[in-house]
Amino acid sequence: MNFDFARVFEQLTPLLWQGLYYTLYVSFVSIVAGMIVGLISCFMIISRYRILRILSGTFVWVIRGTPMLVQAMFFFFGVPQVLRMVVPGINETLTEILPFAVNIPMLFTPVQAGILTVALNAGAYFTEIFRAGINAVDKGQNEAARSLGLTQWKTMYKVILPQALRISLPPSVNQWIISVKDTSLLSAIGVGELMQQTRIYAGRTMINFESFIYVALWYLAILSVLMILAKKLETWVTYDRKN
Amino acid sequence: MTEKIKVSNLYKSFGKLEVLRDISVDVQEGEVVCVIGPSGGGKSTFLRCINRLEEATQGEIILGAKDAGNITITDPKININKVRERIGMVFQSFNLFPHLTAKKNIMLAPVSLNKMKKAEAEQNALALLERVGLAEKANNYPHELSGGQKQRVAIARALAMQPEVMLFDEPTSALDPELVGEVLAVMQKLAADGMTMLVVTHEMGFARDVADRVILIAEGQIAEEGAPAEFFTNPKEDRTKEFLSSIL
Ligand SMILES: Nc1ncnc2c1ncn2[C@@H]1O[C@H](COP(=O)(O)OP(=O)(O)OP(=O)(O)O)[C@@H](O)[C@H]1O
Ligand SMILES: [Mg+2]
Repeated sequence: MNFDFARVFEQLTPLLWQGLYYTLYVSFVSIVAGMIVGLISCFMIISRYRILRILSGTFVWVIRGTPMLVQAMFFFFGVPQVLRMVVPGINETLTEILPFAVNIPMLFTPVQAGILTVALNAGAYFTEIFRAGINAVDKGQNEAARSLGLTQWKTMYKVILPQALRISLPPSVNQWIISVKDTSLLSAIGVGELMQQTRIYAGRTMINFESFIYVALWYLAILSVLMILAKKLETWVTYDRKN
Repeated sequence: MTEKIKVSNLYKSFGKLEVLRDISVDVQEGEVVCVIGPSGGGKSTFLRCINRLEEATQGEIILGAKDAGNITITDPKININKVRERIGMVFQSFNLFPHLTAKKNIMLAPVSLNKMKKAEAEQNALALLERVGLAEKANNYPHELSGGQKQRVAIARALAMQPEVMLFDEPTSALDPELVGEVLAVMQKLAADGMTMLVVTHEMGFARDVADRVILIAEGQIAEEGAPAEFFTNPKEDRTKEFLSSIL
């Protein structure tokens, strides 16, 4: 058996540079959006209003309880189909209102559906990460801030969150890593990220072993950089370096 | 003298557990009242009802505010945050904000409640640190301070809002014995400066020397109250005698 790493290296590398762009772009946007979603959803889940708790509890439950691949397919293929059925002529209507032409057959581009999926997934997990972080802050902190006259919001923003986010950093890093890897599932809906590029190339050339090893190395490199940056961040935000 | 805090017929239950029963106390302006009593007797709960960290089940608490007349703290319609600005609280476990330096701990409330501009709050913080003898620790984080220093910063933090009343809940109980003195000294100075103080404490020496009045709370009720000289040397109630003998 002959391995042909040289050929894969030569032919696949330019494709992976293209794929890298999508992997990084989708990861970055999804993680940022996911953290925002997670923070909002976490506030909802600890709020005193039952309806908000139920909403965000359901969100977390559904996202955690269904495979990401199913969600991606659902957003990319499923939602547009129903939209077209429920609102006939939606393309024409939207095209009239919006400054650009709309073509609902797909509604979302693969990248948009991909970001939506990864962001919502990250959002569900960040909900739990942030909630655990907030719960881990000593309740005396809340009492001290409130007894100074700070409102609940100011207490959250000035006292609880700065501590909770620090506590949340290690599990957040973990989630960042998972989200980056999750983007590889998006090849199923045609996002041209690293995995998709590799699958197409390997399918076309039938050089499977070398191709997938090669793309694995790319992921390993990306995530290693992420881990190193995260370590730096973790040291940088500790105020108590003694423990 | 004017009345600073008037507690009338205060009751507090946690579910079925009745923790405070018919507590009535008046604290005059500038008065130092020490609250003593057995563990679980309801001392902390009493103190926490005054700034509404706990909601009273029944009864009335009134704050005689300098510029605003009488404020009924127990009235659910008042803005409790505004009242808390007038009442400082010091906790057994300090509860300093670990992500902020000593100075920033003290500046947080005045700045974020728009009571002072940043520069003014900083001057105020440094002056307060000076007052508690920690001027050189302004830029240290809480984890870099000893317990006694932490508690003194916590006192300075509570003073930053220029409160009219200070509540202390066992401020020295978490401290190593050799650090108790420095905190008590700060409190004694504060008392001498005319601050109205309600102090839950196990430091009988402090109660005897600094308090104008001592109150024994046991089993959720006021068992006895009186001037310290009388209270410690000639207690009237059996409950007081029992408690005093148990701690000596
Ligand atoms: N949040 C709460 N929920 C239920 N029970 C409580 C709560 N807080 C206090 N208690 C109960 O109320 C009683 C009085 O407690 P409190 O803390 O006021 O006592 P204390 O006199 O301050 O005691 P210590 O000297 O140990 O601090 C105790 O039996 C305690 O278990
Ligand atoms: Mg107590």
